[in-house]
Amino acid sequence: MAAPQPRLRRPAVSRSTQTVEPAVKLVNFVRRFGDNTVIDGLDLSIAPGEFVALLGASGSGKTTLLRTLAGLDSAAGQDVKTPDTRAVVFQDARLLPWKKVWRNVALGLGGKDVRARAEAALKEVGLGHRLDAWPGTLSGGEAQRTALARALVREPGLLLLDEPFAALDALTRLKMHDLVLALWREHAPAVLLVTHDVDEAIALADRVLVLDKGRIAAEERIELERPRAPDARFQAIRRRLLGHLGVEAPAHSEGHLVAFPTGEVVL
Amino acid sequence: MSLATTYRISESRPWRWPDLARARWLSPVLLLVLWELGARAGVIPPRVLAAPSTVLETFWSLTASGELPTNLLVSLARAGAGLGIALVLATTLGLISGLSRWGETLVDPLMQIKRTIPVLALTPLFIVWFGIGETPKILLITVSATFPLYLNLFAGIRGVDVRLVEAARSFGLSGWSLVREVILPGALPSFFVGLRYALGISVLVLVIAEQINAQAGLGYLVNNARDFMRTDIIVVCLVVYALLGLGADALVRTLERKALAWRPSLVEQ
Repeated sequence: MAAPQPRLRRPAVSRSTQTVEPAVKLVNFVRRFGDNTVIDGLDLSIAPGEFVALLGASGSGKTTLLRTLAGLDSAAGQDVKTPDTRAVVFQDARLLPWKKVWRNVALGLGGKDVRARAEAALKEVGLGHRLDAWPGTLSGGEAQRTALARALVREPGLLLLDEPFAALDALTRLKMHDLVLALWREHAPAVLLVTHDVDEAIALADRVLVLDKGRIAAEERIELERPRAPDARFQAIRRRLLGHLGVEAPAHSEGHLVAFPTGEVVL
Repeated sequence: MSLATTYRISESRPWRWPDLARARWLSPVLLLVLWELGARAGVIPPRVLAAPSTVLETFWSLTASGELPTNLLVSLARAGAGLGIALVLATTLGLISGLSRWGETLVDPLMQIKRTIPVLALTPLFIVWFGIGETPKILLITVSATFPLYLNLFAGIRGVDVRLVEAARSFGLSGWSLVREVILPGALPSFFVGLRYALGISVLVLVIAEQINAQAGLGYLVNNARDFMRTDIIVVCLVVYALLGLGADALVRTLERKALAWRPSLVEQ
């Protein structure tokens, strides 16, 4: 293959992971902290442009896996393949409070027209009017959108989302879901979304993985058309995933507000 | 509108004593008045303490003759030189100690030992080493100002939010760019606390250091005045020292306002 591959603008939902060289590949990955084995022989492969959601209880190794893929933890001597360009959106936006919004987006960018690129990215997330604001003056949703712009301005091959919507209110979260899907379609990075929220995972991802005790305990390919309505097929997947997570709940048990990209809000 | 007018008319009333319950300037002014009256009545002899009016006159005459400005400049240059060296030294040591475990192991114990020795007790040793010229005066200021600067920079660096450092690392920052973009700005608020202490201490040490056979400077002015029992000149110099302290504080406040504009202030300005 001499010619460079054209960038995928619109990744097919059900593209097979076997035919394309994967963007992310971990083989028999192990991570220990002292005597505590957090990740135990994990195999993972994510295709270019694939949207994968990772579910798991606290302590299941989600964060450790994400940190490894982000290059924040060393994976020396292990079989870990990731794209060169990776970007993380953390649960807390982690903007540098002493840099104006556009400079936060431009953090670590080299080359020309840094300001113009940052500006374009911020406009894309709807923050063209807050370029020169201090991060301390942003709302939670705005800060998270800035963090998204900061990640996407580098055109990452792999976008890592570490529960990025967990601290947002339900309506902001709903808008963020739409935004993330739109940005994903536009830029086509491989995405790994770490989340606690089963509905969020089903609404967004091509494939949902359940992590338990440092291994992938279950995998569910979501073949539903986006935007996804909480119909019977959705509920069936939801029940199966909750079962893998050890929760016996046929429906929402309490007043838990869940947002879907279609705009419906289900109580 | 008419209601408001009616209200205002009903509010108008004969002159009353101004409310002095919050007049914080009152007691200092009273003290000055008593001091002046005591001096005029001969209760406070000029050899003990010159009257405020005399002090003011002396202030003008010393300023007009150029004696006060010249000596003030000499003192400022000493403090500035001492503080400047301290800034370079403390920043270097603070970075070494703050950024690496080894640096902390090597540098921090020495700084803590230094802290336990009262700086002024070093004066005799400094005179033996450096004579009675400018060097021991400047070095005394340097040595005393280094510690607060170092300690606060060190604490500031160690207090930088590791999550921010981690985020910056994930966006490709490392080495010097990480220090410049993340660690130093994060440590800046703490550094300014150190700078304030250092400025205050350097004025204090300046006073002592200038007692070492000074040929010029505020300390020289005070020493001369003591020999001639000119309490008016001594008081003028005391006031100037106080103004120096106030000026130093104002300087840091201005720097802080400019450099820390990003901080959401707890108290509305």
